[in-house]
Amino acid sequence: MTLLLAIVTGSLYAAGIFLILRRNMVKVIFGLILLGHAANLLIFTVGRLTKGIPAFVPEGSDMLTGRFADPLPQALILTAIVIGFGVQAFTIVLFKRTWLTLGTEDLDMMKTTDEPPKE
Amino acid sequence: MIGFAVSAAAPFFYRRFPGYFGWIAVSFPLFLFFSFTSFYPRIAAGEVLRETVFWVPSLGINLSFLLDGLSFTFALIITLIGAAVFLYAGTYMKHYGHASRFFVYIGLFMTSMLGLVLSDNIAAMFVFWELTGISSFLLIGFSHHKEQSRKSAMQALLVTGGGGLALLAGLILLYGISGTFEFSGLYPKRHLIVNSPLYPAATVLVMLGAFTKSAQFPFHFWLPNAMEAPTPVSAYLHSATMVKAGIYLLARMNHVLGGTALWQDTLLVVGAVTMVCSALLAFNQTDLKKLLAYSTLSVLGTLTMMIGIGSELAIKAFFIYLIAHSLYKGTLFLVAGTIDHAAGSRDTGVLGGLGRAMPFTMATAMLASFSMMGVIPLVGFIGKETLYASILEMEEWSRYLIAAAVIANGLLVMITLVAGIRPFFGSMRRLPSVPHEAPFAMLAGPACLAVLGLLAGLFPDFFMGAMLDWLASSVLADTLTFRIKLWHGFNEVLFLSFLTLLCGMLFYAARIKLLPCLHGRHITPVLKPSSWYDAALAGMLRVARWQTRILQNGSLRNYITVIVLTAVTLAVSVLAGSFSAFPEIPALDVTFYEVVIVSIILVSILVLITSSSRLKAVIALGVTGFSTGIIFILYSAPDLALTTFAIETLGVILFVLVLYRLPRFTSYSTTASRARDAAIACVFGIFMALMVLYTVSGELDSGLKRYFAGASLPEGKGRNIVNVILVDFRAIDTLGEITVLAVAAIGVFAMLKLTLKGGSR
Repeated sequence: MTLLLAIVTGSLYAAGIFLILRRNMVKVIFGLILLGHAANLLIFTVGRLTKGIPAFVPEGSDMLTGRFADPLPQALILTAIVIGFGVQAFTIVLFKRTWLTLGTEDLDMMKTTDEPPKE
Repeated sequence: MIGFAVSAAAPFFYRRFPGYFGWIAVSFPLFLFFSFTSFYPRIAAGEVLRETVFWVPSLGINLSFLLDGLSFTFALIITLIGAAVFLYAGTYMKHYGHASRFFVYIGLFMTSMLGLVLSDNIAAMFVFWELTGISSFLLIGFSHHKEQSRKSAMQALLVTGGGGLALLAGLILLYGISGTFEFSGLYPKRHLIVNSPLYPAATVLVMLGAFTKSAQFPFHFWLPNAMEAPTPVSAYLHSATMVKAGIYLLARMNHVLGGTALWQDTLLVVGAVTMVCSALLAFNQTDLKKLLAYSTLSVLGTLTMMIGIGSELAIKAFFIYLIAHSLYKGTLFLVAGTIDHAAGSRDTGVLGGLGRAMPFTMATAMLASFSMMGVIPLVGFIGKETLYASILEMEEWSRYLIAAAVIANGLLVMITLVAGIRPFFGSMRRLPSVPHEAPFAMLAGPACLAVLGLLAGLFPDFFMGAMLDWLASSVLADTLTFRIKLWHGFNEVLFLSFLTLLCGMLFYAARIKLLPCLHGRHITPVLKPSSWYDAALAGMLRVARWQTRILQNGSLRNYITVIVLTAVTLAVSVLAGSFSAFPEIPALDVTFYEVVIVSIILVSILVLITSSSRLKAVIALGVTGFSTGIIFILYSAPDLALTTFAIETLGVILFVLVLYRLPRFTSYSTTASRARDAAIACVFGIFMALMVLYTVSGELDSGLKRYFAGASLPEGKGRNIVNVILVDFRAIDTLGEITVLAVAAIGVFAMLKLTLKGGSR
């Protein structure tokens, strides 16, 4: 499964970069989100996969021993997911605002702060 | 060091006593002057005083100070002229804004200049050297609302700063050769230095530094432009002291670098060229200060030339000339300021007949002018006599140099007639303001300097005679026996002096005839180094603009492309060495549903990339997110899965709500650019996948994992370790995260709810 997840991570990165290189701003936002997923999966996979043993301390015992999933990458990812959502929400709304103000979703039209020449 | 503190305190005093500030300010340089003169007997006895404060001992950089004949002379000039200028400026600067700032700058300058001439340590000297450059920049650009001021300030800074860099390189080379940062340590190693293969490079670099600072040809152009500064600054920095820093350096280094053909000939030629050229350039100037500036240039050239001649007599002439020049030029500049102040104009074509209104100023100006022209019995006369004598003494080139010197000095006489004497005679013209005698504070300084010039001329033995021997001995190795006198009898030197005066009169007459023809015409447009400077500056700006356009073109895509490719290239080139084999491919122990999940993700990514419908793309994005959540569930991360599900749901809803009304995707890019982007993306994706495989092929021993497993319940009172980490062990982190979310929420709210005034739809 590690191999598959490596491939998935790579694909997510590739797709994310590809989308972020688009001129359409919505696609750039998609790319940003995909890159977030990719980073999360990267940390998750690199922290080693453990099947079916979550990091819970069982009832009646005061510590966890034996084989169990590493809690630290999970904690990091949890933070990252939430922050990622913040960024996502912000960019979506930012996009909406840009759209309403400028009437375009083409990034190449947003290179300058000057007023576009009126024809 | 105290100087910096004093100059920093200046504004407070100024605010309290604006009226009498000049008198308070003058106490500082005057105090320094007298404390320096108290060293006189010891210096005169040939003693060299040293003091060291350790600064960066590990690099051999210390604030060590050296007081010998050379630095003593400069220190006296700096403090004496400083006193006159401070007193003068107290009154003169009243009609400028920010006068308190002026005193900070000029105090800073005086302190740095003193540091420069007193430093024994080369590195410390360089720091002071640059400080004088900076304070000069601030002072030239003092009227910073004028464009010309700012431009001149920038020019002075760039030219002297560029020279400073060359100097630094030269000094470091010297250090490399000799292994010492002290001037006094360099002297014994002269033999080593002169024979080193690096000697020519070091010498040329040091000379470059000195030439730019002292405005030698072809770097002379910044000095006349620096006349934009308030007049006290021109008097102090740009005639009496700072521009002599380069001369000082040359004199100081004469011990170490001198004696070779390279050193002597270069100085001789550059000095002579500067002396004649700048005097010629003054020919068609009409501005009082510019005229004086060109004459300063000419004198600086003469001084350089005298070091180049390098004989005992020449060094002696160098000192007399230096002292004389500081006295009369400081005076003349201050007088020029007074005239400007009183009559409202500095144009020599307009000024005239001021003598009746300003008798004391006229007397002062007369004294200084006669000294500058070299009329008996002023100190300038002795300076010029000694100069001629030292040239005549030379074996070769003597004939050409004497001709050059006579012409240059003749032109100086002309300048003096135009700038120092002419304004007071003749008929009064219509002036911007009615001339009146200057207040006492503006008169006292220049008058003292002028009278000193007279006294030094009348009693040279008392003022300079005793000093000169050890002065010269601090530049040359051996002591001298030569007495200066005012009157040498009738000889060829005296004849030359008369010839000079005669030349000056002739030039003056010629100028009056020629000036109307020359008016408004540029004489030497091609050979103007300032146009080289302009071209160089414009070229540099063009290069900067060009590279900014390449690197910072404002396109997100280009930035990302550059970042991605750079990251991959660097990482691959570093890692390629450390990983010899391709990563071990882990066994494919997968279950059916895992394959399904992975396939779903891959397919939805594909849909997301290719879809032309926005809604379809959002759904694909949601599917990707939810599938990731399922992977989290499978591999023991229920919390992650829950969060992902919640957030994906929110995200999809948000997308749909916001994007619902938008039209279909428009495709902007061409096939070629897509192919290029796809290639970049694939390279990065493959690289990341390989990174994952490399990383997991190694062992992971995380002590943290065991620590959290053990500490979670006893210390964090929780059984869900992931949660305990978040809210307990990394609580501050989580607090930060919440803050980020709050800020994002405020941003979202603001963008959705608030509308710009009258602007948006």
